[in-house]
Amino acid sequence: MDKEIKHFTVSIYTENNIGLLNRISAIFQRRHINIESLNTSRSEIDGVSRFTLVVDITEEQMKKIIGQLERQVEVIKAYYHTDEETIYQISAIFKIKSDLLFEERQIQNIIKESHARIVTVNKEFFVLEKSGRKQEIDLLHRELSAFGIMQFVRSGRIAVTKNEMKISEMLAAFQH
Amino acid sequence: MKETQTIENITKSTAVTERITGSEAIVRCLLEEGVKVLYGYPGGAIMPVYDELFKYQDKIHHVLTRHEQGATHAAQGYARISGEVGVAIATSGPGATNLITGIADAQIDSTPMVCITGQVPSHLLGSDAFQETDIVGISTPITKWNHQITEAAEIPEVIAKAFYIAKSGRPGPVLIDITKDAQFEEFDFKYKRCKGIRSYKPVPETDISSLEKAAELINTAKKPLVVWGQGVILGKAEEEFKAVIEKAGLPAAWTILGASAIPTSHPLNVGMVGMHGNYAPNILTNECDVLIAIGMRFDDRVTGNLASYAKQAKIIHFEIDPAEVDKNVKTDIAVLGDAKQSLKDLLPLLNANSHHDWHQKFKDLYKIEFEKVIKYDLHPTKEGLTMGEVLKEINKQTKGEAAIVSDVGQHQMVACRYAEFNTSKSNITSGGLGTMGFGLPAAIGAKMAAPEREVVSICGDGGYQMTIQELGTIFQQRTAVKVVVLNNDFLGMVRQWQQLFFDKRYASTKMTNPDFVTIAKGYHLNARRVTKREELASAVEEMIASKEPYFLEVCVEKEDNVFPMIPSGASVSDIRLE
Ligand SMILES: Cc1ncc(C[n+]2csc(CCOP(=O)(O)OP(=O)(O)O)c2C)c(N)n1
Repeated sequence: MDKEIKHFTVSIYTENNIGLLNRISAIFQRRHINIESLNTSRSEIDGVSRFTLVVDITEEQMKKIIGQLERQVEVIKAYYHTDEETIYQISAIFKIKSDLLFEERQIQNIIKESHARIVTVNKEFFVLEKSGRKQEIDLLHRELSAFGIMQFVRSGRIAVTKNEMKISEMLAAFQH
Repeated sequence: MKETQTIENITKSTAVTERITGSEAIVRCLLEEGVKVLYGYPGGAIMPVYDELFKYQDKIHHVLTRHEQGATHAAQGYARISGEVGVAIATSGPGATNLITGIADAQIDSTPMVCITGQVPSHLLGSDAFQETDIVGISTPITKWNHQITEAAEIPEVIAKAFYIAKSGRPGPVLIDITKDAQFEEFDFKYKRCKGIRSYKPVPETDISSLEKAAELINTAKKPLVVWGQGVILGKAEEEFKAVIEKAGLPAAWTILGASAIPTSHPLNVGMVGMHGNYAPNILTNECDVLIAIGMRFDDRVTGNLASYAKQAKIIHFEIDPAEVDKNVKTDIAVLGDAKQSLKDLLPLLNANSHHDWHQKFKDLYKIEFEKVIKYDLHPTKEGLTMGEVLKEINKQTKGEAAIVSDVGQHQMVACRYAEFNTSKSNITSGGLGTMGFGLPAAIGAKMAAPEREVVSICGDGGYQMTIQELGTIFQQRTAVKVVVLNNDFLGMVRQWQQLFFDKRYASTKMTNPDFVTIAKGYHLNARRVTKREELASAVEEMIASKEPYFLEVCVEKEDNVFPMIPSGASVSDIRLE
């Protein structure tokens, strides 16, 4: 059962230091594992960063990698979760010619149905933002590409877990 | 602010704030950490620090090696024999990259080491400046921690952290890169040792129930086998370890980095495991009912084919690094924690036992190994000298008190197999990385850390020439190491594989060697060559009697092989005797 390839979301709480991204990605690279998606941001705790990665590997590999991640001096704690255990989102931005918005009626329908948000409109282009599951964004991309997309970008997955991760307690314990 | 300073001034000298340069601060930090010796090589980006080392030369001894790789290995040798942090220092660019092999070696063999590199001034970072290299990027995967300093004010805290990280928990190498402007910059210096880092837990907590379960399993085992590694030595757990195996009557085998934790002659010491280890512990790994791994990491050179490694046994793993648990071998009971404490807590839970019949099996298998292998290695009847008999002579004349620092190859396996040890921290060798060129410089560091000890470096003619220039360091420092080259005019270990697995196609393993004695004499070392058995004892005697550095070349049989051997990919119990 441990040998089946699964989709895992990895959450890594770290100190906010230069070079840590390199150290973390090297752990995957050394084992010839592709990082499907990567996001880094601040976390709920002041001064603590959070990396969110998505990888497709076996659970056995996943456990070993968590061990390797936690060995790093500046990693506070690392967790892995399946999709069912997290609430996750990705975000995408589309830049599209403004003419289309007025000339192609269907675009307006697509926007409405997809619940995408228009961020800005000017004479030349408008910018559309859509957050959600990857499939929803893929669908929107497919539909809009028929009309032509000037620019497209999609973020890495961000995720929160259903269960708590007790990271604050861990850090509090260190203060004493 | 002023007031607190005065209070600290009175209570603690190190708390005094002084305005000094970054480079002076670096040297002062090293002194605060108790560093007496460091190994290195100067150059542009580290010159301010060398200038301070010059001023502080009566307090700290800088050893100029002949190559930065030599500096790292010397620092490693220093660390391995003393348990203290070894320190190496180099300039930016090529100086820094020359440290890489030693850093990788220290990482895989868990050796505490701090490397300091100079870096181009911070305004030039990323400009492809002269001798600029991204050493922090390069060294990331092979350091326990690394960091670049661009402001002098960071120096005390970062260096304090470096030493703390290098030596705590599972030790390892740390690299600190310091830009030249930070070395020149003045700041208010004050030093405080590091006592903890919130994101770093050096020693995991021990779960008492895991200890109880381990004890129960050991108490009910009929055929227990202990395999110990360097964790016992790094954890200073030799006494606790001995008490545990003696009370429970456990046969105990070692990995090459674990060697010497208990004396070779200890009745429960059943020898070395792994590719060229002893017959009995390898065979019986696949017969024991409980395998107790202590401070070892199931390296593939130890386990052979994992699919057939100790499958019949319950596995107990005493380990400080949680990432090692279940990494290669699935454990039944993992006892996390520091070996010293865990073994101390385990002792009262164990029943006294002797396992007499089980021990007899080890003895019986030893007899087979003796008849097929050891006899010919140690008491040869053929004309050519064997590596084994040289080790036997060294054992005899040093009475097992020497520290043996070996290089990598056949001679290393022979040294590990046959060297006799009475004291811990006596087998210094490159295990995980298998770095040829380690032996000579590591011996220099070992001798400097333990000048009262006899330190004998055992090298092959190949590896010796990878760092042969360190003879210059020996000569300049008058370091009284004894250097033995077991010369078979081949890259012997590779030749052995070519013979066994590549139909004797000796591709690039024949060495046309120089006159090693003349070279040693060129460095003004006492030197001698032995080609005949009759000369061996007197030559070793002369070498050991010498108070000076001494070079001994022993011309051994050219195409001898090291046995027993577990062919790569085979099971430990498929170990071959010939
Ligand atoms: C730096 C490095 N390069 C290559 C090797 C591969 N290698 C392992 S043993 C060996 C031969 C060593 O020959 P020598 O030093 O003469 O010792 P011997 O085996 O003959 O005792 C080689 C080339 C290595 N371990 N390290």
